[in-house]
Amino acid sequence: MTAYDEQRLAELIKALPPAPQAWVEAAQELPLARGRLDHIVARAEADLAFRDALIANLEEALRLEGYEPETIPLDELRRRLED
Amino acid sequence: MQLASLPDAQLVARCRGGDEDAWRELVARFSRYVFAICSQAFRLRPDDAEEVFQEVFARTYQHLDKLRDDEAIRPWIGQLTRRLCIDHLRSSSREDIVDPAALPGGTDEAMATLDEAFAVHEAMAELSENCREILDRFFARDESYQTIGTALEIPSGTIASRISRCLARLREIFEGRNPAADASS
Repeated sequence: MTAYDEQRLAELIKALPPAPQAWVEAAQELPLARGRLDHIVARAEADLAFRDALIANLEEALRLEGYEPETIPLDELRRRLED
Repeated sequence: MQLASLPDAQLVARCRGGDEDAWRELVARFSRYVFAICSQAFRLRPDDAEEVFQEVFARTYQHLDKLRDDEAIRPWIGQLTRRLCIDHLRSSSREDIVDPAALPGGTDEAMATLDEAFAVHEAMAELSENCREILDRFFARDESYQTIGTALEIPSGTIASRISRCLARLREIFEGRNPAADASS
């Protein structure tokens, strides 16, 4: 047996199974989510009523404005609204 | 050059330039590695592993401009994942959580194995597409001969011999890329 015989290679292939597809797709969408986030923050800075609505009920305010909350990093949006 | 065959440093440079396809490739390239660190080296539960997984890529995206060495993106992501796993375990109040120091063999050994595994998966890129698919489906995806045969439209009775041939070819490639591995035979 050698350090990298076929059995060892098989074990090492097995050691990296695919990550769940939904996790991968969510991470791949980050640039788009980041763009949406920047857009919302810019709007909130320009429109105080929108900002107040976001602070009062973030997800509801986003839905009312046609955004899909599940496609936006909400924790980061909350942080940026607080800043 | 296809994105999948771009060296890490060039891929990072493209991501930094706002190339969304390059970012998708970067996530695809390192997703197994990050997932394995969370779920194997630190044995996080699926919901915790998912949280760390997303945080790793969010921080990677945020810090693309601050990387000191684009070629070192893989070890950088590895260390980031490790640190976030430890932070996650330490901040958790759950009683069933695993203390990283108590993991058998320690996380260093597990991380070293995953680094080796990553190198083997990189070497697999030099295999024919058919070989790569067969090995990945059988070993990493745990698919049966029948499932593989149906998916790749090859007789399931030939899968075992194909696996053997593909592993032998992978060994040649891997030892060619890593002379030290060959020398240790």
